[in-house]
Amino acid sequence: MSLRTPLKRAKGLGAAGDGVHHWLIQRLTAVALIPLFIWFIVSLVSMTGADYATVSQWMANPLVTILLVLFIGTLFYHSELGLQVVIEDYVSSKGSRLTFLVLSRFVHFFLAAAGIIAVLRVAFGA
Amino acid sequence: MAAENRPVSPHLQIYRFMWTMALSILHRITGVFLTIGTIFLVYWLVSVAAGPTAYATAQELIASWPGRLLLFGWTLAFWYHFCNGLRHLFWDAGQGLDLGAARLSGYLAVAAAVLLTLLTWYAAYATHGGVL
Repeated sequence: MSLRTPLKRAKGLGAAGDGVHHWLIQRLTAVALIPLFIWFIVSLVSMTGADYATVSQWMANPLVTILLVLFIGTLFYHSELGLQVVIEDYVSSKGSRLTFLVLSRFVHFFLAAAGIIAVLRVAFGA
Repeated sequence: MAAENRPVSPHLQIYRFMWTMALSILHRITGVFLTIGTIFLVYWLVSVAAGPTAYATAQELIASWPGRLLLFGWTLAFWYHFCNGLRHLFWDAGQGLDLGAARLSGYLAVAAAVLLTLLTWYAAYATHGGVL
């Protein structure tokens, strides 16, 4: 017999709490990506086959730099949350599930950092 | 049953095939496919940072026929994931959950995705006079 109250036990156990945050952020990033993606695709389409000068000047425009950094950050956040759920659902073995989850997170952070730093390098003229 | 061997969701074998279920799994498939696409997006961004030579190589890769095929696939996957994602957001708000509405919005999402993909590529070709 435990002397702890049922509430005390419930508070320390179970999925309640964190899952809601995951769910909410997945939707929040989805909503943020609606305008960001439309802007990004329209920009890319209007620069189809553009030369280096055009693209680097576009990237160095302050508003474009801000939007691109936000876009990359939100995109990889959303992608990481999505892939995490897919891994949790389809990888049944505990060991490989953890490996894939950690690997996915590392790769997402690496790609996000690489993308943002690339944009900033162009923006600051490095 | 040992915890390791328990079945994980969803149990595909026990459901009768439905249109809405195909669209549901397609949302995940396109999502994973788009995640792979982000590697190429970052490669393109890095090529701009690396300078004109690297950028020219990236543009050449994109303009090659496998490059265009992949890009077309990602365009279609993106617009589908976008349209179906809107469906999900409406469902999350408690809208359009009955069977008829869910089926109809499914057809609409697929049709819109195809149309937006064609429109995107038409606009891209028009921008550059037919050469990517």
